[in-house]
Amino acid sequence: MNYTLKVWRQARPSEKGKLVSYSAHGISSEASFLEMLDIVNERLLEKGEEPIAFDHDCREGICGMCGSVVNGYAHGHQRGTTLCQLHMREFSDGSTIIIEPLRAKAFPLIKDLVVDRSAFDKIIAAGGFISIRAGSAPDGNAIPVAKEMAERAMDAAACIGCGACVAACPNASAMLFTSAKLAQLGLLPQGQVERDSRAREMVRAMEDAGFGACSNHGECEAVCPKEISTNFIAFLNRDFIVSSMK
Amino acid sequence: MRFYTTSVGKKIVMAISGFIVFGFVVIHLVGNLQIFFGPETLNRYAEMLQGLGGALWLFRALLLLSIVLHIVAATQVTLQSWQARPKGYAVTRYRTTSYAARTMRWGGPLIALFVVYHILHLTTGGLHPRPAGFISQAGGTINVYNNVVYGFQIWWTSALYIIAILALCLHLYHGVSSMMQSVGLNHPRWNQWRRFAAVFFSLFVAAAGVSIPLAVLLGLVQPV
Repeated sequence: MNYTLKVWRQARPSEKGKLVSYSAHGISSEASFLEMLDIVNERLLEKGEEPIAFDHDCREGICGMCGSVVNGYAHGHQRGTTLCQLHMREFSDGSTIIIEPLRAKAFPLIKDLVVDRSAFDKIIAAGGFISIRAGSAPDGNAIPVAKEMAERAMDAAACIGCGACVAACPNASAMLFTSAKLAQLGLLPQGQVERDSRAREMVRAMEDAGFGACSNHGECEAVCPKEISTNFIAFLNRDFIVSSMK
Repeated sequence: MRFYTTSVGKKIVMAISGFIVFGFVVIHLVGNLQIFFGPETLNRYAEMLQGLGGALWLFRALLLLSIVLHIVAATQVTLQSWQARPKGYAVTRYRTTSYAARTMRWGGPLIALFVVYHILHLTTGGLHPRPAGFISQAGGTINVYNNVVYGFQIWWTSALYIIAILALCLHLYHGVSSMMQSVGLNHPRWNQWRRFAAVFFSLFVAAAGVSIPLAVLLGLVQPV
C-alpha cells in the first residue's frame, strides 16, 4: 500500500520545525504504524538523510512510550489502542497521513516527534506513592478490599502515562492522567494515609508543570488507549475539596 | 488561598458561582412567565419584589459577587489553558466535545454584554429608545407589564433577546453538567440524570426566555 506522509521535522528545540512530505510506498497492510515508520526511516538512512525520531519501546501497547498525533487524533483514529497497535490496513491506500508530536507547553519538544514527558514524573513524585512497612511480603487478604473498589482502582491503574490525554485536550490539561494516578491509590485502604496531601501535592505539581485547566470536553477519555473514564476527574475534584477543607 | 491558586480550585469557584447565577436565571424566568397571566399578576409580583427592600439588595449583592467571581475565574483558567499549548496542531479532530463546550468562552462574554443591556433596558429603563407608554420605575408608577410589552414591540430588541437566550441555553447545556463534574458530583448511576438535568434546564431557559419576546412580537401579549 502507498501513503503520503506529512511528518513534523524539527532537529532541535530551538529550531523552527515544519511538516515535511515523504512517500511511504510498498507498505504491507499488516505493518504496524511504527513498522511503517521504521521502513520509511530505513529508506531515509539509505539516502543518507536523518531518520524521523519517534518514541517507542514495548510495541505491545502497554508501556506508554509511543503516541504521536495522527491526522488530528492522539494515537491515531482507532479507539482504545496505542499507536504501536494501529495497523496500516486501517488507512486507505493512497491516503495522506499527517503525523505531529504531542503538543503542550509542559511537554517540550526534543526532536521531531519526541517530546519530554517528565512533567508526568514530577506529578507522580509529588504524591503518587503510599507509605508501607518494607520487608517481607504481607499476608494475602490481610487487608480486606471491597471488590467494587478493587475493580475501580484497577481501572484507574490501567493508565500507562502516554500523554495522549494532554495532547487531545483543547486546554492541554493533565487532569485525566493526574486523577487516574491519584484514584488508583485513593480508592484502596493502603492509600488512605496520604489521601489529603496527595490531592493537594499532585494538583500543585500539575499546575507548576504548566498544564491547562480541565473544562470537561471529554476528549481525553475518547483518545485514551486504556479508555480511562473522566469519572476519575470528578473523584480528584472531590478529594481536592475535602483536602482543602481540612 | 492555596486552593484558589490551582485551576481545580478556580473551576470549583466557577461551578458554585455559576450554580448561583443559574438558579437565579431559572427563578427569574419562572417569575416573569407570569406575564402570560396578565398585567395584574406580573405587576403585583414586581411590587412584591420591590417591597423586599434590604433583602433584595442583599440578594443582588450575592448575585453580583457570583458573576464577578465567575468571570474572573473563567478568564484566569482560559488564559492558563491558552498558555498551555503555545504551538497548536496542523490538524485538530474532536471526538466527543460539543459545540456548547467549545463556545463557552465566546458565549460567556456575549451573555455578560446582554445582561448589561438587559438591566439598562428593563431594570433601570435608561439608555434605550423609549416607545410611547414606556414608564420607567423612576417615574413613580411601576408598570412592568407595559414596559416589557412596549420594549419587545421593537423587533430588533426582541431579536437581541432571542439571540442572547439561545447563547445562554448553549452555555447552560455545558455549564450544568460541567459544574457537577467540577465539584465531584459524579457517579455512574447518576450520570444519566446529570445529562437529563443539562438538557432539561437549558431547554427550559430557551423556551421560557424566547416565549416572552416572541409572544409580544406575534401580538399575543398586548399592552394595557
